[in-house]
Amino acid sequence: MITFMNNSDSEEEPCNERTSLMSAESPPVPSYQDGLQTAEAGEAQAHRKRRTGSSRSPNNIADGDVSDLGVPVRESALENEEEELTLKYGAKHVIMLFVPVTLCMIVVVATIKSVRFYTEKNGQLIYTPFSEDTPSVGQRLLNSVLNTIIMISVIVVMTVFLVLLYKYRCYKFIHGWLILSSLMLLFLFTYIYLGEVLKTYNVAMDYPTLFLVIWNFGAVGMICIHWKGPLQLQQAYLIMISALMALVFIKYLPEWSAWVILGAISIYDLMAVLCPKGPLRMLVETAQERNEPIFPALIYSSAMMWTVGMAKPDTAARGASQQTWDAAEDGGENPLHADSQMSETRSPGTTRPITSFEELEEEERGVKLGLGDFIFYSVLVGKAAATASGDWNTTLACFVAILIGLCLTLLLLAVFKKALPALPISITFGLVFYFSTDNLVRPFMDTLASHQLYI
Amino acid sequence: PALGLFLFTIARDPLRIIILIAGAFFWLVSLLLSSLIWFIAVKASDPQDETLQKGLLIFGIMFSVLLQEAFRFLYYKLLRKAIEGLVALSEDGCSPISIQQTAYVAGMGFGLMSGAFSMINLLADALGPGTVGIHGDSQLYFLTSAFMTMVLIFLHTFWGILFFHGCEHQRWWEITAVIIMHLAVSGSTFCNPLYMGSLVPSYLLMATAATWAYLLSGGSAQNLRRFLLCK
Repeated sequence: MITFMNNSDSEEEPCNERTSLMSAESPPVPSYQDGLQTAEAGEAQAHRKRRTGSSRSPNNIADGDVSDLGVPVRESALENEEEELTLKYGAKHVIMLFVPVTLCMIVVVATIKSVRFYTEKNGQLIYTPFSEDTPSVGQRLLNSVLNTIIMISVIVVMTVFLVLLYKYRCYKFIHGWLILSSLMLLFLFTYIYLGEVLKTYNVAMDYPTLFLVIWNFGAVGMICIHWKGPLQLQQAYLIMISALMALVFIKYLPEWSAWVILGAISIYDLMAVLCPKGPLRMLVETAQERNEPIFPALIYSSAMMWTVGMAKPDTAARGASQQTWDAAEDGGENPLHADSQMSETRSPGTTRPITSFEELEEEERGVKLGLGDFIFYSVLVGKAAATASGDWNTTLACFVAILIGLCLTLLLLAVFKKALPALPISITFGLVFYFSTDNLVRPFMDTLASHQLYI
Repeated sequence: PALGLFLFTIARDPLRIIILIAGAFFWLVSLLLSSLIWFIAVKASDPQDETLQKGLLIFGIMFSVLLQEAFRFLYYKLLRKAIEGLVALSEDGCSPISIQQTAYVAGMGFGLMSGAFSMINLLADALGPGTVGIHGDSQLYFLTSAFMTMVLIFLHTFWGILFFHGCEHQRWWEITAVIIMHLAVSGSTFCNPLYMGSLVPSYLLMATAATWAYLLSGGSAQNLRRFLLCK
């Protein structure tokens, strides 16, 4: 267990991404922007229409910090027209975020319900040293609060560390760290997960096959996340690693600590993003000053790059490749970033005629959400599925609550147009609904169902 | 069938999905509040008294129905404001979604959530060993539950349309009719397991509500005939 715990230590990093919602596009209302935008702003000031509203929820640590970079983009003269398009694209972006969050939750819930490994208590992480097996309620509460304090301080320390690294331009170190943690996630956790799933369904698999499968999965994952790859594949990988991380959390966090940690994380998120001295905010501002893209592997981007309707497909293609190349060069900018794409295509576009530019505007801008957000949403729903005795009702209630919280956060993003934490509202709703459904609704529904009465 | 409706009509348009989920949320909140009331009542009363418990249950159910309708009204208000905002922001001054579509989607949201809550534990238990009804309950438990849930989902959808229409045109009698119908359906389930008493009236009411909603949405017998004959 010790080694595993150590591993999870480094695993924490990718999970600690800030859940920043970044709007790749300025017009769409629910766009959250990440730091990338600032990078782009530098590039094509005249053409950039992006708003940088990033919502970030600095969830966890280090890696998360990177994702917090929000990039406020300067808008060009087309801003007014963009405003009107905002709400039109608004709903679409919300859905673009709904789908991956839903998928992640479904994966987590399905695994929790079927694979018993993840609900067995086999020890705790090194971050939560206090056990919860104490006889008295007060002692248990105290232990969970202490666990939470330790966990949150670990997260804060890592976040600050990452911000410092970023400030002093130790990019290589950050990249190495990110690569190491994603490597660990992709290989080790997948191996454990696959092993457990195969055990549950009693499917035999020999080691060479297993090795081949995991090797392929991991290698493709590394390439997809850190370099270039098809958008959908990258999204799928990010969802999978978020789900894996959430499963680890569900398994290794003791009961009450998990709930208190969830609450504390959302408060921390709120503070870290909105307070002027908050680490995430500093990260965003620094990134904006430098006009740099965000680190990869920490942000989920829902952006799509369309070349439909482009007057000059060759220039667009060139722009895109140039962009992805620039992105890779920047050290991991997510090539799927819509804004990076836009900025890239725009930067050589200053010499382009306006027509192609206008057609470019039809491209979908995406919204970015930090991976930490995914993880904590899934932890909440997974814990609801694992521990609630009302089973599916509670899970469903938490699911709806989280989605509504996400909607509201996106709405706020549209209104405020700057980085916002995505955790607090959703987690608050989720927690409220979990506890109330478990304790209040469940007896009611059970009684109704036993008499087969309907309301 | 409800799922099919969802896939065909709602899944295309993201705005509708949001309205659906929000509708489900509102239903959930109403359920929460009503179960809170019931819980308090139960805790405050004597757990041994059977008839009292049953009476409290009935009271809880009625209260819950009223709360659901109240939340439907609140949701209507919210949607009105939201649509006005959308209209103001859209380019050509007309709303991307009509109030009737909204009513339909909102009703679906309510219905799906209520159906899900009613059925899903049942379904999960159905996957397990066959222990339902072992105490001498009716053998038709699953079947009737499925039908009842379906009829309730449809009813919620139609009630949504009727309700919103009533609110739009200030026809209070439509709203009261919806409330009365809801109460009647819930009340009819008290006859369970005498399934005749609950399923048949519910289906009849559903047919009534369906035709009413259809007429309100601008349909007519002519349209129906044309549609059926594929003209």
